[in-house]
Amino acid sequence: MNLVEIDAVNFGYGRRPVLEGISMRVPRGKVVAIMGGSGCGKTTLLRLIGGQLRPGKGAIRVDGKVVHELDRDGLYALRRRMSMLFQFGALFTDMTVFDNVAFPLREHAGISEEMVRDLVLMKLEAVGLRGAHNLMPSELSGGMARRVALARAVVMDPMLVMYDEPFAGLDPISMSVVGSLIRRLNDALGATSIIVTHDVVESMQIVDYLYFVAEGRVVGEGTPQQIRETQLPVVHQFVHGETDGPVPFHYPAPSYDEDVGLAAARAEAAHA
Amino acid sequence: MLDRARRTLVRLGHNFIDNVWRVGAMTRFFFILMVASGTSLRRFRLVMREVYFTGVLSLIIIVVSGLFVGMVLGLQGFETLQTYGAQDSVGVLVALSLLRELGPVVAALLFASRAGSAITAEIGLMKATEQLTAMDMMAVSPMARVIAPRFWAGVISMPLLAAIFSAMGIFGGYLVAVVMIGVDNGTFWSQMQAAVDFRYDVMNGVVKSIVFGIAVTVIATFEGFDAPPTAEGVSGATTRTVVSSSLAILSLDLVLTALMLRGDY
Repeated sequence: MNLVEIDAVNFGYGRRPVLEGISMRVPRGKVVAIMGGSGCGKTTLLRLIGGQLRPGKGAIRVDGKVVHELDRDGLYALRRRMSMLFQFGALFTDMTVFDNVAFPLREHAGISEEMVRDLVLMKLEAVGLRGAHNLMPSELSGGMARRVALARAVVMDPMLVMYDEPFAGLDPISMSVVGSLIRRLNDALGATSIIVTHDVVESMQIVDYLYFVAEGRVVGEGTPQQIRETQLPVVHQFVHGETDGPVPFHYPAPSYDEDVGLAAARAEAAHA
Repeated sequence: MLDRARRTLVRLGHNFIDNVWRVGAMTRFFFILMVASGTSLRRFRLVMREVYFTGVLSLIIIVVSGLFVGMVLGLQGFETLQTYGAQDSVGVLVALSLLRELGPVVAALLFASRAGSAITAEIGLMKATEQLTAMDMMAVSPMARVIAPRFWAGVISMPLLAAIFSAMGIFGGYLVAVVMIGVDNGTFWSQMQAAVDFRYDVMNGVVKSIVFGIAVTVIATFEGFDAPPTAEGVSGATTRTVVSSSLAILSLDLVLTALMLRGDY
Protein backbone atom coordinates (compact mmCIF):
# COMPACT_ATOMS: atom_id res chain seq x y z
CA MET A 1 0.00 0.00 0.00
CA ASN A 2 1.48 3.36 -1.04
CA LEU A 3 1.22 6.42 1.17
CA VAL A 4 2.30 8.84 -1.56
CA GLU A 5 1.54 8.42 -5.25
CA ILE A 6 2.78 10.88 -7.84
CA ASP A 7 1.17 10.40 -11.25
CA ALA A 8 2.53 12.03 -14.41
CA VAL A 9 3.02 15.41 -12.73
CA ASN A 10 4.07 18.47 -14.75
CA PHE A 11 5.15 21.67 -13.06
CA GLY A 12 6.95 24.82 -14.13
CA TYR A 13 7.90 28.20 -12.71
CA GLY A 14 6.52 30.65 -15.28
CA ARG A 15 7.55 29.34 -18.68
CA ARG A 16 10.44 27.29 -17.28
CA PRO A 17 9.39 23.64 -16.94
CA VAL A 18 10.82 21.92 -13.85
CA LEU A 19 8.99 18.59 -13.72
CA GLU A 20 7.79 16.84 -16.87
CA GLY A 21 5.52 13.86 -16.41
CA ILE A 22 7.16 12.59 -13.23
CA SER A 23 5.72 9.50 -11.47
CA MET A 24 6.73 7.92 -8.15
CA ARG A 25 5.40 5.63 -5.45
CA VAL A 26 6.31 5.83 -1.76
CA PRO A 27 5.18 2.73 0.18
CA ARG A 28 4.06 3.06 3.80
CA GLY A 29 6.72 2.58 6.44
CA LYS A 30 9.64 3.01 4.02
CA VAL A 31 12.39 5.58 3.75
CA VAL A 32 12.64 6.73 0.13
CA ALA A 33 15.27 9.08 -1.26
CA ILE A 34 14.80 11.42 -4.19
CA MET A 35 18.21 12.25 -5.62
CA GLY A 36 19.46 14.45 -8.37
CA GLY A 37 21.64 17.44 -9.11
CA SER A 38 20.96 20.92 -7.80
CA GLY A 39 18.00 22.57 -9.49
CA CYS A 40 16.50 19.35 -10.88
CA GLY A 41 13.19 19.90 -9.08
CA LYS A 42 13.63 17.77 -5.94
CA THR A 43 12.54 20.42 -3.45
CA THR A 44 9.70 21.44 -5.81
CA LEU A 45 8.48 17.86 -5.59
CA LEU A 46 8.34 18.08 -1.77
CA ARG A 47 6.43 21.35 -1.98
CA LEU A 48 3.96 19.72 -4.36
CA ILE A 49 3.44 16.82 -1.94
CA GLY A 50 2.92 19.30 0.92
CA GLY A 51 0.37 21.25 -1.13
CA GLN A 52 2.39 24.47 -1.21
CA LEU A 53 2.44 24.32 -5.01
CA ARG A 54 -0.15 23.03 -7.46
CA PRO A 55 0.85 20.76 -10.33
CA GLY A 56 0.19 21.98 -13.88
CA LYS A 57 -0.85 18.46 -14.91
CA GLY A 58 -1.19 15.11 -13.18
CA ALA A 59 -2.03 14.42 -9.54
CA ILE A 60 -0.35 13.74 -6.21
CA ARG A 61 -2.16 11.51 -3.73
CA VAL A 62 -1.23 11.40 -0.07
CA ASP A 63 -3.07 8.79 1.97
CA GLY A 64 -5.56 8.46 -0.88
CA LYS A 65 -6.36 12.19 -1.12
CA VAL A 66 -5.51 14.30 -4.17
CA VAL A 67 -3.55 17.11 -2.53
CA HIS A 68 -4.31 19.94 -4.98
CA GLU A 69 -8.06 19.25 -4.86
CA LEU A 70 -8.27 19.79 -1.09
CA ASP A 71 -9.69 23.03 0.28
CA ARG A 72 -7.74 24.98 2.91
CA ASP A 73 -9.25 23.12 5.87
CA GLY A 74 -8.70 19.76 4.18
CA LEU A 75 -5.11 20.67 3.37
CA TYR A 76 -4.42 21.82 6.93
CA ALA A 77 -6.01 18.60 8.27
CA LEU A 78 -3.64 16.60 6.03
CA ARG A 79 -0.64 18.72 7.00
CA ARG A 80 -1.27 17.99 10.68
CA ARG A 81 -0.41 14.38 9.82
CA MET A 82 2.71 15.21 7.83
CA SER A 83 5.77 17.28 8.58
CA MET A 84 8.77 18.69 6.82
CA LEU A 85 12.35 19.23 7.86
CA PHE A 86 13.70 22.26 6.05
CA GLN A 87 17.19 22.53 4.66
CA PHE A 88 18.45 24.83 7.42
CA GLY A 89 15.96 23.80 10.08
CA ALA A 90 13.70 26.87 9.83
CA LEU A 91 13.58 27.08 13.63
CA PHE A 92 11.64 30.04 15.03
CA THR A 93 14.42 32.37 16.07
CA ASP A 94 12.39 34.17 18.75
CA MET A 95 11.70 30.95 20.68
CA THR A 96 13.88 28.61 22.74
CA VAL A 97 14.61 25.06 21.61
CA PHE A 98 11.88 23.83 23.97
CA ASP A 99 9.26 26.25 22.62
CA ASN A 100 10.19 25.38 19.05
CA VAL A 101 9.55 21.69 19.63
CA ALA A 102 6.43 22.44 21.69
CA PHE A 103 5.01 24.74 18.99
CA PRO A 104 2.95 22.16 17.00
CA LEU A 105 1.66 20.58 20.23
CA ARG A 106 0.53 23.91 21.68
CA GLU A 107 -1.12 24.88 18.39
CA HIS A 108 -2.92 21.62 17.67
CA ALA A 109 -2.87 19.01 20.38
CA GLY A 110 -4.89 20.83 23.06
CA ILE A 111 -3.08 19.04 25.89
CA SER A 112 -1.93 20.27 29.28
CA GLU A 113 1.38 22.10 29.67
CA GLU A 114 2.71 19.22 31.83
CA MET A 115 2.06 16.78 29.03
CA VAL A 116 3.61 19.17 26.48
CA ARG A 117 6.73 19.29 28.66
CA ASP A 118 6.95 15.49 28.90
CA LEU A 119 6.48 14.99 25.15
CA VAL A 120 8.97 17.70 24.21
CA LEU A 121 11.64 16.37 26.55
CA MET A 122 11.00 12.86 25.22
CA LYS A 123 11.58 13.98 21.62
CA LEU A 124 14.59 16.09 22.59
CA GLU A 125 16.03 13.07 24.42
CA ALA A 126 15.56 11.03 21.24
CA VAL A 127 17.72 13.50 19.28
CA GLY A 128 20.21 13.83 22.16
CA LEU A 129 19.47 17.49 22.95
CA ARG A 130 17.37 17.39 26.11
CA GLY A 131 20.14 19.32 27.83
CA ALA A 132 19.88 22.13 25.26
CA HIS A 133 16.17 22.81 25.73
CA ASN A 134 16.75 26.29 27.17
CA LEU A 135 19.07 27.48 24.38
CA MET A 136 18.03 29.87 21.64
CA PRO A 137 18.43 28.76 17.98
CA SER A 138 21.26 31.30 17.53
CA GLU A 139 23.27 29.39 20.17
CA LEU A 140 23.09 26.08 18.27
CA SER A 141 25.51 24.64 15.73
CA GLY A 142 24.18 23.68 12.28
CA GLY A 143 23.98 19.99 13.25
CA MET A 144 22.21 20.74 16.53
CA ALA A 145 19.70 23.02 14.81
CA ARG A 146 18.93 20.24 12.32
CA ARG A 147 18.36 17.78 15.20
CA VAL A 148 16.04 20.23 17.01
CA ALA A 149 14.13 20.69 13.75
CA LEU A 150 13.95 16.91 13.49
CA ALA A 151 12.50 16.67 17.03
CA ARG A 152 9.95 19.35 16.07
CA ALA A 153 9.10 17.51 12.84
CA VAL A 154 8.25 14.27 14.67
CA VAL A 155 6.68 15.70 17.84
CA MET A 156 3.13 15.12 16.53
CA ASP A 157 4.00 11.55 15.46
CA PRO A 158 3.28 12.25 11.77
CA MET A 159 2.47 9.59 9.19
CA LEU A 160 4.79 11.22 6.65
CA VAL A 161 8.03 13.12 7.23
CA MET A 162 9.69 14.97 4.37
CA TYR A 163 13.35 15.94 4.61
CA ASP A 164 14.75 18.68 2.39
CA GLU A 165 18.51 18.21 2.08
CA PRO A 166 18.94 17.01 5.69
CA PHE A 167 22.70 16.48 5.26
CA ALA A 168 23.59 19.79 3.58
CA GLY A 169 26.42 21.66 5.27
CA LEU A 170 26.98 19.16 8.09
CA ASP A 171 30.28 17.71 9.31
CA PRO A 172 30.69 13.90 8.91
CA ILE A 173 29.74 13.16 12.54
CA SER A 174 26.58 15.29 12.47
CA MET A 175 25.74 13.76 9.09
CA SER A 176 25.88 10.21 10.49
CA VAL A 177 23.90 11.28 13.57
CA VAL A 178 21.14 12.89 11.47
CA GLY A 179 21.13 9.93 9.06
CA SER A 180 20.73 7.30 11.76
CA LEU A 181 18.11 9.45 13.55
CA ILE A 182 16.01 9.65 10.38
CA ARG A 183 16.04 5.85 10.07
CA ARG A 184 15.47 5.15 13.77
CA LEU A 185 12.67 7.69 14.17
CA ASN A 186 10.94 6.45 11.02
CA ASP A 187 10.94 2.87 12.30
CA ALA A 188 10.05 3.78 15.90
CA LEU A 189 7.11 5.99 14.86
CA GLY A 190 5.90 3.70 12.08
CA ALA A 191 6.11 6.72 9.78
CA THR A 192 7.05 7.04 6.11
CA SER A 193 9.95 9.26 5.09
CA ILE A 194 10.93 11.00 1.89
CA ILE A 195 14.45 12.40 1.78
CA VAL A 196 15.43 14.85 -0.89
CA THR A 197 19.19 14.88 -1.07
CA HIS A 198 22.26 14.84 -3.25
CA ASP A 199 24.34 13.07 -0.63
CA VAL A 200 24.85 9.65 -2.19
CA VAL A 201 26.98 7.92 0.46
CA GLU A 202 24.95 8.88 3.51
CA SER A 203 21.53 8.25 2.03
CA MET A 204 22.50 4.86 0.52
CA GLN A 205 23.06 3.61 4.07
CA ILE A 206 19.63 4.48 5.45
CA VAL A 207 17.07 4.35 2.65
CA ASP A 208 14.96 1.48 1.31
CA TYR A 209 14.50 2.82 -2.20
CA LEU A 210 15.91 5.61 -4.38
CA TYR A 211 14.62 7.66 -7.27
CA PHE A 212 17.01 9.61 -9.49
CA VAL A 213 15.60 12.75 -11.05
CA ALA A 214 17.20 14.64 -13.93
CA GLU A 215 15.68 17.19 -16.30
CA GLY A 216 12.29 16.86 -14.61
CA ARG A 217 11.97 13.09 -15.04
CA VAL A 218 12.79 9.93 -13.12
CA VAL A 219 15.88 8.58 -14.87
CA GLY A 220 16.61 5.70 -12.55
CA GLU A 221 15.22 3.94 -9.51
CA GLY A 222 15.89 0.95 -7.33
CA THR A 223 17.12 -0.30 -3.98
CA PRO A 224 20.56 0.93 -2.84
CA GLN A 225 22.06 -2.35 -4.04
CA GLN A 226 20.46 -2.03 -7.50
CA ILE A 227 21.61 1.58 -7.76
CA ARG A 228 25.22 0.67 -6.93
CA GLU A 229 25.21 -1.92 -9.69
CA THR A 230 23.33 0.08 -12.31
CA GLN A 231 24.90 0.87 -15.67
CA LEU A 232 22.56 3.77 -16.43
CA PRO A 233 24.97 6.58 -17.45
CA VAL A 234 23.22 9.42 -15.51
CA VAL A 235 22.93 7.41 -12.31
CA HIS A 236 26.44 6.04 -12.68
CA GLN A 237 27.84 9.56 -13.12
CA PHE A 238 25.95 10.80 -10.03
CA VAL A 239 26.79 7.85 -7.78
CA HIS A 240 30.48 7.97 -8.70
CA GLY A 241 30.73 11.74 -8.72
CA GLU A 242 32.09 12.07 -12.26
CA THR A 243 32.48 15.71 -13.27
CA ASP A 244 31.34 15.30 -16.87
CA GLY A 245 28.93 12.95 -18.57
CA PRO A 246 25.22 13.01 -19.36
CA VAL A 247 24.97 15.85 -16.83
CA PRO A 248 27.32 18.33 -18.52
CA PHE A 249 29.96 20.31 -16.64
CA HIS A 250 29.20 23.46 -18.66
CA TYR A 251 26.06 25.54 -18.45
CA PRO A 252 24.67 25.96 -22.00
CA ALA A 253 26.55 28.81 -23.72
CA PRO A 254 27.66 29.92 -27.21
CA SER A 255 30.97 28.43 -28.35
CA TYR A 256 33.95 29.52 -26.26
CA ASP A 257 35.88 30.58 -29.40
CA GLU A 258 33.07 32.91 -30.42
CA ASP A 259 32.66 34.36 -26.95
CA VAL A 260 36.33 35.32 -26.54
CA GLY A 261 36.72 36.43 -30.14
CA LEU A 262 39.03 33.58 -31.21
CA ALA A 263 36.83 32.57 -34.17
CA ALA A 264 37.16 36.01 -35.78
CA ALA A 265 40.91 36.11 -35.12
CA ARG A 266 41.35 32.66 -36.68
CA ALA A 267 39.31 33.67 -39.74
CA GLU A 268 41.40 36.81 -40.12
CA ALA A 269 44.62 34.86 -39.79
CA ALA A 270 43.43 32.33 -42.40
CA HIS A 271 42.45 35.16 -44.76
CA ALA A 272 45.87 36.80 -44.39
CA MET B 1 16.16 60.46 -29.16
CA LEU B 2 12.83 58.83 -30.08
CA ASP B 3 14.12 55.51 -28.84
CA ARG B 4 15.14 57.03 -25.51
CA ALA B 5 11.68 58.61 -25.07
CA ARG B 6 10.06 55.29 -25.90
CA ARG B 7 12.22 53.49 -23.30
CA THR B 8 11.36 56.12 -20.67
CA LEU B 9 7.67 55.74 -21.48
CA VAL B 10 7.91 51.95 -21.24
CA ARG B 11 9.70 52.22 -17.88
CA LEU B 12 7.09 54.65 -16.54
CA GLY B 13 4.33 52.34 -17.75
CA HIS B 14 5.95 49.36 -16.02
CA ASN B 15 6.37 51.31 -12.80
CA PHE B 16 2.74 52.43 -12.93
CA ILE B 17 1.46 48.88 -13.52
CA ASP B 18 3.75 47.60 -10.73
CA ASN B 19 2.42 50.16 -8.29
CA VAL B 20 -1.22 49.49 -9.20
CA TRP B 21 -0.51 45.79 -8.73
CA ARG B 22 1.05 46.44 -5.32
CA VAL B 23 -1.92 48.51 -4.17
CA GLY B 24 -4.21 45.66 -5.26
CA ALA B 25 -2.04 43.09 -3.51
CA MET B 26 -1.97 45.18 -0.32
CA THR B 27 -5.78 45.53 -0.36
CA ARG B 28 -6.15 41.77 -0.77
CA PHE B 29 -3.59 41.27 2.01
CA PHE B 30 -5.62 43.58 4.28
CA PHE B 31 -8.83 41.57 3.71
CA ILE B 32 -7.07 38.26 4.37
CA LEU B 33 -5.60 39.87 7.50
CA MET B 34 -9.07 40.85 8.70
CA VAL B 35 -10.35 37.30 8.15
CA ALA B 36 -7.37 35.85 10.04
CA SER B 37 -7.73 38.34 12.91
CA GLY B 38 -10.43 36.35 14.70
CA THR B 39 -7.95 33.68 15.76
CA SER B 40 -5.41 36.27 16.99
CA LEU B 41 -7.96 38.25 18.97
CA ARG B 42 -9.20 35.08 20.65
CA ARG B 43 -5.59 34.41 21.69
CA PHE B 44 -5.01 37.92 22.99
CA ARG B 45 -1.77 36.88 24.71
CA LEU B 46 -0.11 36.88 21.25
CA VAL B 47 -1.26 40.46 20.64
CA MET B 48 -0.08 41.61 24.08
CA ARG B 49 3.35 40.15 23.44
CA GLU B 50 3.61 42.23 20.28
CA VAL B 51 2.29 45.32 22.08
CA TYR B 52 5.36 44.99 24.27
CA PHE B 53 7.73 44.78 21.29
CA THR B 54 6.14 47.50 19.19
CA GLY B 55 4.66 49.76 21.87
CA VAL B 56 6.57 49.47 25.11
CA LEU B 57 9.98 49.33 23.43
CA SER B 58 9.11 52.49 21.45
CA LEU B 59 8.40 54.41 24.66
CA ILE B 60 11.87 55.88 25.12
CA ILE B 61 12.01 57.56 21.72
CA ILE B 62 8.39 58.75 22.05
CA VAL B 63 8.89 60.20 25.55
CA VAL B 64 12.17 61.96 24.74
CA SER B 65 10.96 63.30 21.37
CA GLY B 66 7.66 64.48 22.89
CA LEU B 67 9.50 66.34 25.62
CA PHE B 68 11.80 68.13 23.18
CA VAL B 69 9.04 68.97 20.69
CA GLY B 70 6.97 70.44 23.55
CA MET B 71 9.91 72.49 24.81
CA VAL B 72 10.61 73.88 21.34
CA LEU B 73 6.90 74.70 20.92
CA GLY B 74 6.97 76.49 24.25
CA LEU B 75 9.96 78.61 23.24
CA GLN B 76 8.74 79.40 19.72
CA GLY B 77 5.18 79.96 20.91
CA PHE B 78 6.22 82.34 23.65
CA GLU B 79 8.45 84.29 21.24
CA THR B 80 5.65 84.70 18.68
CA LEU B 81 2.79 85.34 21.11
CA GLN B 82 4.84 87.93 22.98
CA THR B 83 4.71 90.12 19.85
CA TYR B 84 0.93 90.36 20.30
CA GLY B 85 1.05 90.48 24.10
CA ALA B 86 -0.64 87.09 24.26
CA GLN B 87 2.19 85.18 25.92
CA ASP B 88 -0.18 83.82 28.57
CA SER B 89 -1.83 81.72 25.85
CA VAL B 90 1.35 79.72 25.25
CA GLY B 91 -0.20 76.69 27.03
CA VAL B 92 -3.13 76.70 24.61
CA LEU B 93 -0.81 76.88 21.62
CA VAL B 94 1.32 73.99 22.86
CA ALA B 95 -1.67 71.81 23.76
CA LEU B 96 -3.66 72.38 20.57
CA SER B 97 -0.62 71.93 18.30
CA LEU B 98 0.21 68.66 19.99
CA LEU B 99 -3.26 67.19 20.40
CA ARG B 100 -4.51 68.05 16.91
CA GLU B 101 -1.42 67.58 14.77
CA LEU B 102 2.04 67.03 16.18
CA GLY B 103 1.12 64.30 18.67
CA PRO B 104 -0.52 61.90 16.20
CA VAL B 105 1.71 62.80 13.21
CA VAL B 106 5.17 62.89 14.82
CA ALA B 107 4.42 59.88 17.04
CA ALA B 108 3.28 57.97 13.94
CA LEU B 109 6.41 58.99 11.99
CA LEU B 110 8.59 57.85 14.90
CA PHE B 111 6.54 54.65 15.24
CA ALA B 112 7.00 53.93 11.51
CA SER B 113 10.78 54.32 11.77
CA ARG B 114 11.19 52.51 15.08
CA ALA B 115 8.54 49.75 15.08
CA GLY B 116 7.38 49.62 11.44
CA SER B 117 10.89 48.98 10.12
CA ALA B 118 11.46 46.32 12.81
CA ILE B 119 8.19 44.54 11.91
CA THR B 120 9.11 44.49 8.20
CA ALA B 121 12.65 43.26 8.85
CA GLU B 122 11.46 40.55 11.25
CA ILE B 123 8.73 39.22 8.95
CA GLY B 124 11.02 39.50 5.91
CA LEU B 125 13.75 37.51 7.65
CA MET B 126 11.23 34.94 8.88
CA LYS B 127 10.21 34.50 5.27
CA ALA B 128 13.81 34.35 4.01
CA THR B 129 14.71 31.66 6.58
CA GLU B 130 11.58 29.63 5.69
CA GLN B 131 10.04 30.10 9.15
CA LEU B 132 6.72 31.23 7.63
CA THR B 133 6.71 28.27 5.22
CA ALA B 134 7.54 25.91 8.11
CA MET B 135 4.61 27.32 10.09
CA ASP B 136 2.28 26.90 7.12
CA MET B 137 3.50 23.32 6.68
CA MET B 138 2.60 22.70 10.35
CA ALA B 139 -0.99 23.72 9.50
CA VAL B 140 -0.58 26.99 11.40
CA SER B 141 -1.60 30.04 9.37
CA PRO B 142 1.27 32.61 9.38
CA MET B 143 -1.37 35.25 8.73
CA ALA B 144 -3.17 34.44 11.99
CA ARG B 145 -0.09 33.59 14.08
CA VAL B 146 2.49 36.15 12.90
CA ILE B 147 0.89 38.94 10.88
CA ALA B 148 -2.44 39.62 12.64
CA PRO B 149 -1.00 39.93 16.20
CA ARG B 150 1.56 42.46 14.94
CA PHE B 151 -1.14 44.39 13.12
CA TRP B 152 -3.47 44.63 16.14
CA ALA B 153 -0.55 45.44 18.43
CA GLY B 154 0.26 48.41 16.17
CA VAL B 155 -3.37 49.56 16.11
CA ILE B 156 -3.52 49.40 19.93
CA SER B 157 -0.08 50.94 20.56
CA MET B 158 -0.31 53.88 18.19
CA PRO B 159 -3.02 55.97 19.98
CA LEU B 160 -1.40 55.23 23.34
CA LEU B 161 2.01 56.34 22.09
CA ALA B 162 0.48 59.48 20.53
CA ALA B 163 -1.22 60.28 23.84
CA ILE B 164 2.05 59.82 25.73
CA PHE B 165 3.84 61.96 23.13
CA SER B 166 1.29 64.77 23.57
CA ALA B 167 1.38 64.52 27.37
CA MET B 168 5.17 64.71 27.40
CA GLY B 169 5.05 67.61 24.93
CA ILE B 170 2.67 69.57 27.15
CA PHE B 171 4.94 68.85 30.09
CA GLY B 172 7.91 70.10 28.03
CA GLY B 173 5.98 73.26 27.15
CA TYR B 174 5.19 73.75 30.84
CA LEU B 175 8.87 73.38 31.78
CA VAL B 176 9.92 76.06 29.30
CA ALA B 177 7.02 78.50 29.66
CA VAL B 178 6.28 78.28 33.37
CA VAL B 179 9.45 77.01 35.04
CA MET B 180 12.06 78.68 32.83
CA ILE B 181 10.39 81.81 31.41
CA GLY B 182 7.99 82.48 34.25
CA VAL B 183 4.52 82.47 32.64
CA ASP B 184 1.91 82.27 35.38
CA ASN B 185 1.23 78.67 36.35
CA GLY B 186 -2.52 79.10 36.87
CA THR B 187 -2.99 81.00 33.60
CA PHE B 188 -1.01 78.38 31.66
CA TRP B 189 -3.24 75.50 32.77
CA SER B 190 -6.60 77.30 33.03
CA GLN B 191 -6.36 78.78 29.52
CA MET B 192 -5.47 75.34 28.20
CA GLN B 193 -8.40 73.78 30.02
CA ALA B 194 -10.79 76.39 28.65
CA ALA B 195 -9.59 76.20 25.04
CA VAL B 196 -9.15 72.47 24.52
CA ASP B 197 -12.34 70.67 23.52
CA PHE B 198 -12.41 66.98 24.40
CA ARG B 199 -14.37 65.71 21.41
CA TYR B 200 -13.07 68.11 18.79
CA ASP B 201 -9.41 68.28 19.78
CA VAL B 202 -8.62 65.19 21.83
CA MET B 203 -10.85 62.61 20.15
CA ASN B 204 -10.01 63.77 16.63
CA GLY B 205 -6.34 63.33 17.52
CA VAL B 206 -7.09 59.83 18.77
CA VAL B 207 -9.00 58.98 15.57
CA LYS B 208 -6.03 60.23 13.52
CA SER B 209 -3.57 58.12 15.47
CA ILE B 210 -5.74 54.99 15.07
CA VAL B 211 -5.88 55.56 11.29
CA PHE B 212 -2.09 56.12 11.21
CA GLY B 213 -1.60 52.97 13.28
CA ILE B 214 -3.62 50.93 10.77
CA ALA B 215 -1.77 52.46 7.80
CA VAL B 216 1.73 51.97 9.25
CA THR B 217 1.21 48.38 10.40
CA VAL B 218 -0.54 47.28 7.19
CA ILE B 219 2.34 48.72 5.16
CA ALA B 220 4.97 47.23 7.50
CA THR B 221 3.47 43.74 7.60
CA PHE B 222 2.72 43.71 3.86
CA GLU B 223 6.24 44.82 2.93
CA GLY B 224 7.74 42.13 5.18
CA PHE B 225 5.42 39.43 3.84
CA ASP B 226 6.05 40.48 0.24
CA ALA B 227 9.84 40.95 0.58
CA PRO B 228 12.01 38.86 -1.76
CA PRO B 229 13.77 36.29 0.46
CA THR B 230 17.24 37.82 0.13
CA ALA B 231 19.33 40.29 2.15
CA GLU B 232 18.77 42.91 -0.54
CA GLY B 233 15.04 42.15 -0.64
CA VAL B 234 14.60 42.59 3.12
CA SER B 235 16.64 45.79 3.19
CA GLY B 236 14.61 47.23 0.27
CA ALA B 237 11.34 46.29 1.99
CA THR B 238 12.43 47.98 5.23
CA THR B 239 13.27 51.17 3.35
CA ARG B 240 9.93 51.05 1.50
CA THR B 241 8.10 50.66 4.81
CA VAL B 242 9.60 53.86 6.23
CA VAL B 243 9.12 55.87 3.02
CA SER B 244 5.60 54.64 2.22
CA SER B 245 4.45 54.92 5.85
CA SER B 246 5.73 58.48 6.15
CA LEU B 247 4.01 59.54 2.93
CA ALA B 248 0.83 57.73 3.95
CA ILE B 249 0.82 59.44 7.37
CA LEU B 250 1.30 62.91 5.90
CA SER B 251 -1.27 62.50 3.13
CA LEU B 252 -3.84 60.86 5.42
CA ASP B 253 -3.28 63.69 7.90
CA LEU B 254 -4.26 66.23 5.25
CA VAL B 255 -7.39 64.27 4.33
CA LEU B 256 -8.42 63.69 7.96
CA THR B 257 -7.79 67.30 8.97
CA ALA B 258 -9.94 68.49 6.04
CA LEU B 259 -12.72 66.11 7.06
CA MET B 260 -12.53 67.06 10.72
CA LEU B 261 -12.60 70.86 10.35
CA ARG B 262 -15.84 72.26 11.73
CA GLY B 263 -15.62 75.77 10.29
CA ASP B 264 -17.74 76.92 7.33
CA TYR B 265 -15.65 77.82 4.31
